[in-house]
Formats: sequence, C-alpha cells, structure tokens
Amino acid sequence: MKADSRVRDIRISRRAVGAPSRALFNALVGLIGLAFLTPIGYLLWGTVSMGGDIWETLASPRTLRPLANSIAIAGSVAISCMVLGTTLAWLVARTDLPGRRVWRVVLPLPLVIPSFVGATALLSAFGPGGLLPFVPRTEGFLGAFVVLTVLSYPFVYLPVLARLRTTDPALEEAARLLGSRPGRIVARVVLPRMRDTVAAGTMLAFLYGLSDFGAVSLMRYDTITRAIFSARLFDRPTSLVLGFVLVTMALIAVAIERLLSRERKPERETRKQQVMYPLGAGRFPALGLLLGLIGVGLAAPLGVFVFWVLRGASTVGAGYAGIGEGLGFLLRPTLNSGVAAVAAAACAAVVTLPVAYAAARHRNLVSDLAAGTVTSLFALPGLVVALAIVFWAIRAPGPLAAVYQSFPLLVAAYVLHFAAQSMRSSRVAIADVSRRYGDAGRTLGVKAYRRFFSIDLPLVLPGVVTGAGLVMLSTLKELPATLLLAPIGFETLATRIWNAAEDGFFAEVGITSLLLILLSGFLTWGLVLRRELEH
Amino acid sequence: MKRSVLTVVVLAGVVFSCGGSEDSITVYSGRTENLIGPLIEEFTDSTGIEVEIRYGQSADLALLIDEEGDRSPADIFISQSPGAIGFLAERGRLRPLAQDTLALLPPEYRNAGGMWVGMSGRVRVVVYNRDLVDPSELPDSVFDLIEERFRGRVAVAPANGSFQDFVTAMREIHGDGTTLGWLRGLVANDARSYAGNTAIVQAVGRGEIPMGLVNHYYNLRAKAEDPLVASENYFFPDRDTGSLIIVTAIGILTTTDNPDLAGRLVDYMMSEQAQEFFSEQTFEYPLGGGVQPSPDLPPLATIEVATYDFDRLGGGLERTKDLIDESGLEGS
Repeated sequence: MKADSRVRDIRISRRAVGAPSRALFNALVGLIGLAFLTPIGYLLWGTVSMGGDIWETLASPRTLRPLANSIAIAGSVAISCMVLGTTLAWLVARTDLPGRRVWRVVLPLPLVIPSFVGATALLSAFGPGGLLPFVPRTEGFLGAFVVLTVLSYPFVYLPVLARLRTTDPALEEAARLLGSRPGRIVARVVLPRMRDTVAAGTMLAFLYGLSDFGAVSLMRYDTITRAIFSARLFDRPTSLVLGFVLVTMALIAVAIERLLSRERKPERETRKQQVMYPLGAGRFPALGLLLGLIGVGLAAPLGVFVFWVLRGASTVGAGYAGIGEGLGFLLRPTLNSGVAAVAAAACAAVVTLPVAYAAARHRNLVSDLAAGTVTSLFALPGLVVALAIVFWAIRAPGPLAAVYQSFPLLVAAYVLHFAAQSMRSSRVAIADVSRRYGDAGRTLGVKAYRRFFSIDLPLVLPGVVTGAGLVMLSTLKELPATLLLAPIGFETLATRIWNAAEDGFFAEVGITSLLLILLSGFLTWGLVLRRELEH
Repeated sequence: MKRSVLTVVVLAGVVFSCGGSEDSITVYSGRTENLIGPLIEEFTDSTGIEVEIRYGQSADLALLIDEEGDRSPADIFISQSPGAIGFLAERGRLRPLAQDTLALLPPEYRNAGGMWVGMSGRVRVVVYNRDLVDPSELPDSVFDLIEERFRGRVAVAPANGSFQDFVTAMREIHGDGTTLGWLRGLVANDARSYAGNTAIVQAVGRGEIPMGLVNHYYNLRAKAEDPLVASENYFFPDRDTGSLIIVTAIGILTTTDNPDLAGRLVDYMMSEQAQEFFSEQTFEYPLGGGVQPSPDLPPLATIEVATYDFDRLGGGLERTKDLIDESGLEGS
C-alpha cells in the first residue's frame, strides 16, 4: 500500500467520523453472514448427532476418488468458462462482430437449461442412434466437462460483459495513440482491469461444477455429489459429512482467491463510448467459435426439444398431443417461475448488498467470514440446502411456523443457495467505483447511507443487476428446493420438466424446456440487458 | 421498480400461503402426477375429501418427512419403491394400517408389520436393443449376466431405488455371499452404471449399449413416445429372481391428524376402480381388487412373486448399499 499521506489522512478521518455507524454496519453484515451459516450448522449438527466420522469418511477410498473427480471437473470447467466467457464478452462488447445484438441476448441463455435436461439432450443429439450420428458422443469426464462448460460459461460472460461497458477508455486510447497493436492493448490494458470480475465469475463456475449432480450422473462420472445422493437415505452421516466437504472446498477456494487478490486502486467510472476493435479477417474464427458454442450449448438442445415435440405430436398416445392441445396448462407454471425468479433475484441483490459493500470497502474478519459463508453455500447440491432449511424452519416457534412451505420461505431458500452469484458480482462492482465521489459527498455533509444510495448505488447498479440476473436464471431452473419447500400446488416450469422427464414424457419435456428458454430470454433481455444498453 | 417487485413478493406470499382446511389430507407422493393425479381427482370427486399433493423423488420426500419429524404436515406417503417407505417404517414414522385395509391385499404385497401396503407392481426386466441382440442370445437367468458372452454389454443403475430393492430381494432369496458374488461378477464383466431406468432405456434405444436391467414400465413409456424405437422388454422365464415384482406403496404417517380420511384414501387405492387404472392406464400389475393385468404383460404365474420383507432383513437396505459399495459396482 503506497498511498500518499493525503489519502491516509482521509482514511483516518473517515474512521473517526463513522465509528458508531460502522459498528452498526458491521453488526448487520455479521447478522446476514449468520443467516447464511444456518445450512452449515445443520450439516455439523447432523454429522455429530448421527455419529458421522469425518476423518474415517475422508480417508475412505470411496470418498477420495470422487473427491479428486469433483476437483478435476469443477477446476477444468472453471478454467474453460473463464476463457470462453471472457472471450465471448469481449467479442460482443468491443468488436465489430456481425450480429452482436443477437448474440448478446442469446449467449446467456444456456445457463437456464437444467443440467440433467442439457445432458439428456446432448446424449440424444450426438453419436450413433442420435440426431447427428456423425458427431461423436462424449460421456464420462469429457461429457460432463462439455455439458457443464456450455451451461455455465454465462457465469463469467455476463459480469465481464457488464464490466467491459463501463471501463474508462482513456488508457486504451492512449495505448492506441502510442501505436500499440490491438492484441497487446487487450493483453496489457483491458484484461488486467477485468481481473477481479473474471475471477468472481470463474469462482461461480467452479462452485457450480462442485454442486452439480444432474450432468455428472447422466454422464456417468463419479463425483462427491453422486456419493451424497447415493448415501442420502441409508447412510445419512456419510452424505452429511460429504456435504460438509463440499463447503470446506468452497471455503478453501475462497481463501486462496483472497490470498491471491491484491488491493487495487479503483478507476474512474465512465459511461463514455468504449474503444472498439475491428476484427478484420479474425471475424471468421470468432464467428466459428460462437456458432460452435451456441451449436452445442443451445442449438443442439433446442433441436432435440423440437424433435421430441414433433415426434410426440405425431404419435398417438404419447401423452402429449402437441401444440393442438394448447399450452394453457403451462400458463400458471410459467407465471410462477417468473415471479419466483424475479423475487429471488431482487431479494438476493438487496440482502447481499451490505456484505458486498463491506467486502469491497471495509474488509475485516466479519466481512471476510460473511462473504466466505455466502459464497460456500453455492457449492452444495440444492437438496442439501433444502433439507437444511427444513431443519430450521420446521422448528420455528409460534406464529412463525406458518412460514413453513410458504412462498417467502421458498424465496429465502433460493436466496441462501444462489446469493453467491449476486454478492460476488456486486462486490466487484463496488470495488471498481472510486471512493472519490463518496468523499466529495462527505465534504458536502451528506450522511453515509444517503451517500451510498445517491452516489454509489447508481454507479454500481450494472454490476448489481447482472448478479441479480444470474440469480434469476439459476432460480428458473432450480428443482430440489422447489419440490420440497414450495407451497403445495406451486408448479414451476422446472418442476413440470422434472415431472415429465421422470416418466419419460419427452414431448412434454421438450415443449416445457422451450418455454423455459423463451421466458428466460424475455426476462434477461427486459430486466438485465436492456438497462445496460440504455446507458 | 423496486417497490413493484416488493409488492409482487408480498402479494404472492399471501396468495400462495393460503390453503389447508379441516376436511383435507396432505399426500407426499414419490409417484409423479401422471401416474397418480387422475386417481386422486376421482377420489375427491366421489368422497368430497380434498387432497393436497406434493410431488418429488421418493427418497427425497422420505428424507423430508423424517426431517420434519413430529411437525410434518403430511398425512400419507406414496412411494415408488419399497425402499423409501421401508426407511420411514424403520424410523418409526408410519402408523399401523387397519386390519380391514390389510385384508384387501394378498400378504406378499404388504409390509409384514402392517405399516404399508403395495398399490401396483412393476416387474424387473432386461430391456434390449433388437438390432444388437438376437432373442436367442438373451439370458435364461439374471445370474447369466456375469458370463463372458455379456462382457461390456449390460447396463445397471446401482443408485436407483428399484435396483437396490432388487438386490435386497436377491439377498433374501440367495444369501449375501451369492449376491456379493453376482455384484462382483457384474463389475468384472464390465457392466456399465447409468443414472436410472429412463437413462438406461434411452441408451439401449439408441444402441449405446445392447441391454440393461430396468423395471418393465419404462420401455412401455418409450414405445408410447416413439413406436419405432428399437428397445424391447424381455422377461426372465421360469420365475427367475431376475423377474421380480417391485411394488409401489402407500402408508399413513404418525403425524396425521385425520387417520380416518387418510385410511379411506389408502382403501381407495386397493379398490377395483384404482387397480383398473394401474392396469389399463399405467401398464403396471394390479395387486388386488380382482383386476387382471394387461394382456400385453406376461401372466403373474410366470413371474417370481417373492415374499421378501424389508423388516426381516438384517440391516435392510443399509446392508444392500454396503454390498453394492463393497463390490465396487457403483461409480464404475
């Protein structure tokens, strides 16, 4: 930290002025962190009360191999998402790539496909007996890797896209005037400023890779989540211990990330016209990359869905008679999905804002613990989070008991599970905003919270909205918590898809999945991307 | 915009938390809506008793009920396999059924302790791809699958409840030693593990693997969806252990505040009307009510109707799970 003395003076005075409210703020952050600690408390309590032996489970070869596999799949998915997501965001935001406006809306969509549906669709699409028999079918590690990569690169793509639109173009322009080649500018000027944003998204892809069960089980790849599911009924101590192992791995990853990250001077926020990079002949490989990715991540599943619908519509007794039967039965689930996803996204953004702010501006032990806890829950399979919430909510005293299996509790479950996406996105956005504006406000005598809402919030809003958008897409496909905690009769598109898939009603899986993708495209455009373009 | 979002959340909360009256019962069902919903509607139409149903995986719902403990809002649990409902019986979450209810079924289709009864039956079969397997090659017994000629050609679903129930039954009939030997034989013969019944039927249908061990129901579904699909069911002959009946089951929870209404729903599932639904609509074996199975299915006389009982097994499914782990089958 080589801040000059003037800056240090401001820091000191800031501490002196804000002491009582700082303590209050710390308490708030601590409380939020405590709420997010409850699922971990359940895992610990369950392990102890059921006599689970952490060391014995950990030392067993039945744990070690899946553990190594989990790390391998999550790590490699994270790295490929990092490269893909960053590249795609740069192509869409900063180049003259043909069809940018369409790509912008289409690229986040694979995130909404439930992994078990994506895996089933890809298994049906490729290989002998598939729709495209000449494309080799992949399974095992490679299959899980492909599915998870094409479904989770948006964790990196969306935040980086938002960040690329708000960087200060001055440095890039200067580098260009000095004669640097575009490739060099990207490597030396653009990417280093993206580092925290890219890291935040990459961590999400890593945690999602740890938590996934649908893709790895269908691709026949043996991970910790598969062990958790297979032990859940008849060897519960083991399944709880393994849940705890996932949380621990997430916390280790967060700690490593924290050690590697350096204090960085925030830069001037801007809404100026960004520097654009003409692709020239490079547009062909760039388009090839996009087409290939969207081909596997979106077009192949979409093709399979359409095929299932057409096959079902042309088959008497398939259980679903196609468009002719009408889609009225999906109206309510569509509405429910939309309302739940938007509510979860908004709540997650609001609840995590203090944690994100503390982690970005006033890092201390409390904020580190809170941020780590919020992040780690995303590594757990949804079923474990749902059961943890049941454990606490069923014990709610008195009138609070009415909360059990109500809509607010369902939203709380989504928030607990997915808040990492929102928190990390907001944190990076806040860290990137200069404190200069706030300091200016302070000299004008504006109160701290008013300074935040009137000065900081508008500047960090793109990052906050992007994080909320990720939560929204994750909620749209959420299954285990919805099945266990939703009010009875509260069907979502995801539960309809599960219901149909469970019985092999593939035409219905197809039509409902198409509707889910349509709904998320509509919501992502209307609530996340359109705002960005307006600026 | 923020305010409108908040309003939606609050309103939705109010709307969705309503419900639950005196004259209604709550069911947690591991059977999906397609397979039980129409029957429940008929029950409500004929009795006026409102039924609220939560759908999910049998194992997940059993865990949910156990976690809810004394405060569970559920009155009835419907399970897709005996394993999940046996778990609840072992945990003391089930209430003994009335003698009149138990008398509606032959004893082999119900829990010996009278805690649950079967509703419908599914038979374990080999699903095979007719382009890859000549019917004459098909095994006479499930034990033949560990022979060299089936190396790398058999799919199993070790994490699936029905497979585990089948292994439990094999343990009762042939002993733990023989069962472990068979499981190890599968591993040595490069049997491939899949996620579940549907995954196996699909893989066989597209020719990824020639055959697999599943319940008979899934290929009938696949055929309804795509009549041209190359997957066929094969029933083991001569009452082989491989063709075992796996029952779907129903039981009443100790937490019910309406045991009479719950009992009426259980009885309804044994009625001729309900058993005909299982026979004609879901292509399963009816277990009572004097209803005959679909003529497309082999008669029960040619199928092993084992009198296995999960309460009598030492350690029950936990031991089965241990054996499967020990054989190295899972995750292979």
